[in-house]
Amino acid sequence: MADTIAAAATAAPTEDASRFEVFSYDDQVVRWFVVATIIWGFIGMLVGALLALQLPFPEANLGEYLSFGRLRPLHTNAVIFAFAGNGIFAAIYYSTQRLCKARMFSDGMSRFHFWGWQAIIVAAAITLPLGITTSKEYAELEWPIDIAITVVWVVFAVNFFGTLWKRREKHMYVALWFYIATIVTVAVLHLGNSMALPVSMTKSYPIYKGVQDALVQWWYGHNAVAFFLTTPFLGLMYYFLPKAAERPVFSYRLSIVHFWSLVFIYIWAGPHHLQYTAVPEWAATLGMVFSVMLWMPSWGGMINGLFTLRGAWHKLRDSVVLKMFVVGITFYGMATFEGPALSIKTVNALSHYTDWNIAHVHSGALGWNDFMTFGMIYWLAPRLWRTPLWSQKLANWHFWIGTIGILLYVLAMYTSGITQGLMWRAFDDAGRLLYPDFVETVIQVRPMYWVRLIGGTMYLVGVVFMMVNLWMTIRRAPRQLPDPAVAMPRLGPARHGAAAAGGDGHGGDGHVSAAPVVA
Amino acid sequence: MPRFLRANGAHRHLEGWPLVFTVLTTVAVLVGTVVEFAPIFLVTGAVEPMETLEPYTPLELAGRDLYIAEGCNSCHSQMVRPFQDEELRYGPYSTPEEGAYETPHLWGSKRTGPDLARLGGKYPHLWHVRHMEEPTSTSPNSIMPPYPHLLSTPIDLSDLPAKMRGLRRLGVPYTDAEIAGAVAIAEAQADSIAAEVAAQGGPDRLADREITALVAYLQRLGVDRAELEARTAAPTAALR
Repeated sequence: MADTIAAAATAAPTEDASRFEVFSYDDQVVRWFVVATIIWGFIGMLVGALLALQLPFPEANLGEYLSFGRLRPLHTNAVIFAFAGNGIFAAIYYSTQRLCKARMFSDGMSRFHFWGWQAIIVAAAITLPLGITTSKEYAELEWPIDIAITVVWVVFAVNFFGTLWKRREKHMYVALWFYIATIVTVAVLHLGNSMALPVSMTKSYPIYKGVQDALVQWWYGHNAVAFFLTTPFLGLMYYFLPKAAERPVFSYRLSIVHFWSLVFIYIWAGPHHLQYTAVPEWAATLGMVFSVMLWMPSWGGMINGLFTLRGAWHKLRDSVVLKMFVVGITFYGMATFEGPALSIKTVNALSHYTDWNIAHVHSGALGWNDFMTFGMIYWLAPRLWRTPLWSQKLANWHFWIGTIGILLYVLAMYTSGITQGLMWRAFDDAGRLLYPDFVETVIQVRPMYWVRLIGGTMYLVGVVFMMVNLWMTIRRAPRQLPDPAVAMPRLGPARHGAAAAGGDGHGGDGHVSAAPVVA
Repeated sequence: MPRFLRANGAHRHLEGWPLVFTVLTTVAVLVGTVVEFAPIFLVTGAVEPMETLEPYTPLELAGRDLYIAEGCNSCHSQMVRPFQDEELRYGPYSTPEEGAYETPHLWGSKRTGPDLARLGGKYPHLWHVRHMEEPTSTSPNSIMPPYPHLLSTPIDLSDLPAKMRGLRRLGVPYTDAEIAGAVAIAEAQADSIAAEVAAQGGPDRLADREITALVAYLQRLGVDRAELEARTAAPTAALR
């Protein structure tokens, strides 16, 4: 399909050069981001599997550089910023160009963004095992790398907003709203939380202390989940799900209401990570109240996603992409119901510090982020490499082994989390601790750590299936992959108005039609 | 239906103005940020230090940075919640005043192992040395990784003055004399800990090893708080 459009596009100017302009999309950088996503995803999850082994089997702590404490931040950084990060960049670079009917603002900036980000990841992979860390969760990288992140992010932002500026569509589709929220808020969070005083090239101390540092840290930590793992993935969902389902988005109004309420409410919820700690009571309570409110905008996104499939559910049978998306969105719904529940003080009193949180984050990460990314990759690969996917069957195997893997993983962690919570607070008849020795609770949950390892390994095997599938697909791809060219009516002074009539993704019936004219 | 949400309503216009849209999004995320942080930074100000709170000694500071480097906070919290079971298991619950000099905070979010906020003085130095070398030797069934390299790696104390100068700029009250003599002060404390370990029947010559700094730090945890408890309890004891 893309080829015929390209042919038409190149033919058009000879007919009437004055009425058409021809431009092309930069798909090379998208291909790079997709490949990086898969490679880092495998590495990040492999480290995760090693950590999962180290817990029930401490002999797997392989010396100073590969012990649990040093590898844990490497795992979280790799899966969040390397795997999910490259995944959302692939989504943003692919969809923004199409939604704006414009090539990215600057090819040079796109390449700087790609290579800069990979360099940051490599720096993280070297420094964290060496023990160079700030200790702040999801912000462990030391100050020189923090500065590099800032530079790359600014270049990304200029490139993105530059593309919006030179767009040929008047109206921005909902996916772009979520990308805007992502780029702005991640910048604010990163700068706010990383404020530190360097004392050497590899060491700095945050300018915040004690309670202040904890509040800033979880304002950041919670909203990194919100604006790195939620809003860009909602943008991804809003673009790729209607594409894959060939259906318009369920409700335009719902997308407006849930977008604004989500970005407004999310930021307040950070202190729910600090229930019953030394932070002021009012802050923790406020965090709880806003967390409960957050349930509704979150489910607004889920409903808008799932209902987009109305009348198209039969397509799931043949489409691994849609299967991945549906399971992903369902896990999003479950995780965003569980999150508010965990923020409630009485629940949190039991769940805090336990494996319940590990279950919660992995149902969000493995279920929502990863399955949305996998679905996008299976949809993108045949288009980016202009070759049919090597094996639908293997992709289906990936889906099933991954789904069963997640379920085993989270069920094991729910069991062990609730077990820990109940055992820590158990009293005997005389009012003494029933399990005064902490290790008793460790012995009790150790079998669950093995089950988690099995679930996690199954999930990793699914990722290997995808790597093989992609490798075979790319191998069979044509050698030359020219950027897809597009012809648009030349824009006069009423530049945006003319193009908008062409179909910018929004229908006039109150629904969002998510299908831009040119794929 | 509100005009705002109609297919050709006000929001539709907003979608054509990326700059305005971006500004409004930024405002939306800043409101919650400002409301939550303004009181904590402006009204409450910096939390007043606990009456008995002292900055870490140079060696303890070096040990704390080892604790950070090894990622101990991945599995151990330092934040006792005000629950009966936690007070019985660990000790008095944590207060904001205890953390006035803690940068970064090390409260943690997960207890794969026990909370450490009240660890200081609970075990002899030798216990910690043995425990770090091979956790199951002191705690059967422990799943903690072993850290034998802490017993063999020489400790680098040379950056202590720079660290303490930095911390002083952030509000930790180190004196000029402490900063100038940091290395000597640290070495003296290390010698005393190493001598005690040897006297308890442990390995010899640990004074210049990383383990000594870590032990110094672990033995400090909760000590200032215990001192406060002792001070407030003293008058009552006298009355009896």
